[in-house]
Amino acid sequence: MSGEPAPLYGLVGEFVESDAAVALARQLRMEGFRCFDVYSPVPLEEMEELLPSRPRSALALIMFGAALAGLIVGFFMQYAIAVIGYPLNIGGRPLNSWPAFIPSAWEICALFTVYIGFAAFLVYCRLPQLYHPIFNAPRFERASQDRTFLCVEAQDPRFDAERVSAIFRKHRAARIAEVTE
Amino acid sequence: MAATAETVPTELVIGPEQNYSTVSEHLSDLVLVQPTPLWWYGGMAISSLLCLWLVVAAGYLFYFGVGVWGVNIPVAWGWALANYVWWIGIASGGTFISSLFYIVGADWRNGVNRFAESLTLFAAAAAGLMPIFHLGRQGLFYWLFPYPSVMGIWPQFRSPLLWDFFALLCYILTSIVFWYIGLIPDCATLRDRATTRRAQIFYGILALGWRGSSRHWRNFKVVYLVMAGFMAPMVVSVHSIVGLDFAAGIAAGWHSTQWPPYFFIGALYSGWAATLLLMIPIRRLYRLERIVTERHIEVISKLMLATGLMLAYCYAIEAFQPFYRGDAAERNAYLYGVFGAQAGSFWVRNTFNIFMPQLLWIPAVRRNKPILVLLSLGIVFGMWFERFNFVVTALAHDYIPSEWGNFSATIWDEGILYGSIGLVFAGFFLFIRLLPVVSIFELREVLRRRGQE
Repeated sequence: MSGEPAPLYGLVGEFVESDAAVALARQLRMEGFRCFDVYSPVPLEEMEELLPSRPRSALALIMFGAALAGLIVGFFMQYAIAVIGYPLNIGGRPLNSWPAFIPSAWEICALFTVYIGFAAFLVYCRLPQLYHPIFNAPRFERASQDRTFLCVEAQDPRFDAERVSAIFRKHRAARIAEVTE
Repeated sequence: MAATAETVPTELVIGPEQNYSTVSEHLSDLVLVQPTPLWWYGGMAISSLLCLWLVVAAGYLFYFGVGVWGVNIPVAWGWALANYVWWIGIASGGTFISSLFYIVGADWRNGVNRFAESLTLFAAAAAGLMPIFHLGRQGLFYWLFPYPSVMGIWPQFRSPLLWDFFALLCYILTSIVFWYIGLIPDCATLRDRATTRRAQIFYGILALGWRGSSRHWRNFKVVYLVMAGFMAPMVVSVHSIVGLDFAAGIAAGWHSTQWPPYFFIGALYSGWAATLLLMIPIRRLYRLERIVTERHIEVISKLMLATGLMLAYCYAIEAFQPFYRGDAAERNAYLYGVFGAQAGSFWVRNTFNIFMPQLLWIPAVRRNKPILVLLSLGIVFGMWFERFNFVVTALAHDYIPSEWGNFSATIWDEGILYGSIGLVFAGFFLFIRLLPVVSIFELREVLRRRGQE
């Protein structure tokens, strides 16, 4: 460790009840804070409206696009092979016997959707990222078990440690701590 | 006796005293803290020995060729195909529990899905081996891939056998991701509860740095829902295509449109039974009675009963059609299946798949764990005989009497089957030792909905 103190990442509050954290997030949002996040052991549906809406629809759209791409790639791969690359007369059936190409095209469609969806999920979550400043928060290991944490980041233009601590206390934060980078 | 279980009212999916901390602790401590139990060593040793048997049988097969099996002309499809259909059927149950019942929002799903999905993974892997073993020249299995070769030859996409290759390959690949993405938040819990450096690194890498941020959760929910929406029809398609492998063949007794649903229903049936068969002992050994409650067992037993009735209907249609159509060859093939040299398998399948499970109508039977285990074992067993009877008798009794033949298995057939059981169990034992057997974060979600934070 160098002598220089690590820069402040943000102020984190620990909550026993996730509802208190959600109420706090709602207030922060109303007051115009942008850079904050809730870390919880369960998905909190209430948080969805408090986050920017873009990635949610983008992920669904990406998966839809992946499904379409999979269908098209899957179908035309078969078309190219059966009609152009290696035309075979099977009992006089048309070379482009498209109904027979649908099962494999569907399987490839599902494969594309799941894999591209997973990749997009990782990209949107910025994972894998084994180190993150929030892991420096005291008792943060409880965020994956039974406590909810809310961190207001120092980069927020409205960030003011005094003010944020006051809001935390108002919302029954069990503990408040500074988190360094 | 499972004394604690009796006090949980049957309608609850989770004990009323459970909360976030108790489920997180209990399920992660099974992996992190609890010393490896003795039964685990025993089970793993037996499974590994069986697995070794698979290696020997497969090595022998690769060296000497498929002639070491009982297959010949006319019965060129034997145990390998029966095993294949059987394993892929067992696999289907797990994916169906975790995808379909996720979409419909069944609360009991969260207690069993991890479990069932893991079983899926290993069963699908065992299934994937069978067609490769069955190839005359196993080393050339990659010819199924549509890759540009100097020979200028491409696969023939009008054949259900090739659809099957794509279906199985895509199914295994997607199942892995579907299973893994559901594991990420639980790996984070394990990482955070781990006390040894090795465990922290191991689960830390698996968790990919998951920190439960609401942005993570939101993306997770979207992706998981869409994946579940694809996995449910995928399972249906995979097993229907397995049915089409036979339906597209012209052998009397195979050439019928009823096989896709028939196979799929049979697949679910063996999937439920296999899940129950493993769930009841693990629940007891790991003291999970408050988490996997009586309700889970009750629900799966009822599903088993309903699916069994559907299968009974399929069997009835299977018996009716040859006589209704009036084709002499088909009628002969069916009667050969019922009364011929392999008739034993026909009656075994009816006894274990249709007659015995009728006991499930009785509520006391659905609550009696030993009987349930025996019934499930019977169904898993009976489903193998169904597949065996189906594959072999149609080939043994084809159109021309001069083509008729018989089939008898050799020890190398047995080696492959028992060995594959060892492979699946070895995988399963590893899973229950290394990862949480029940999805922890989904249990917390159930608790949140019930107000038991």
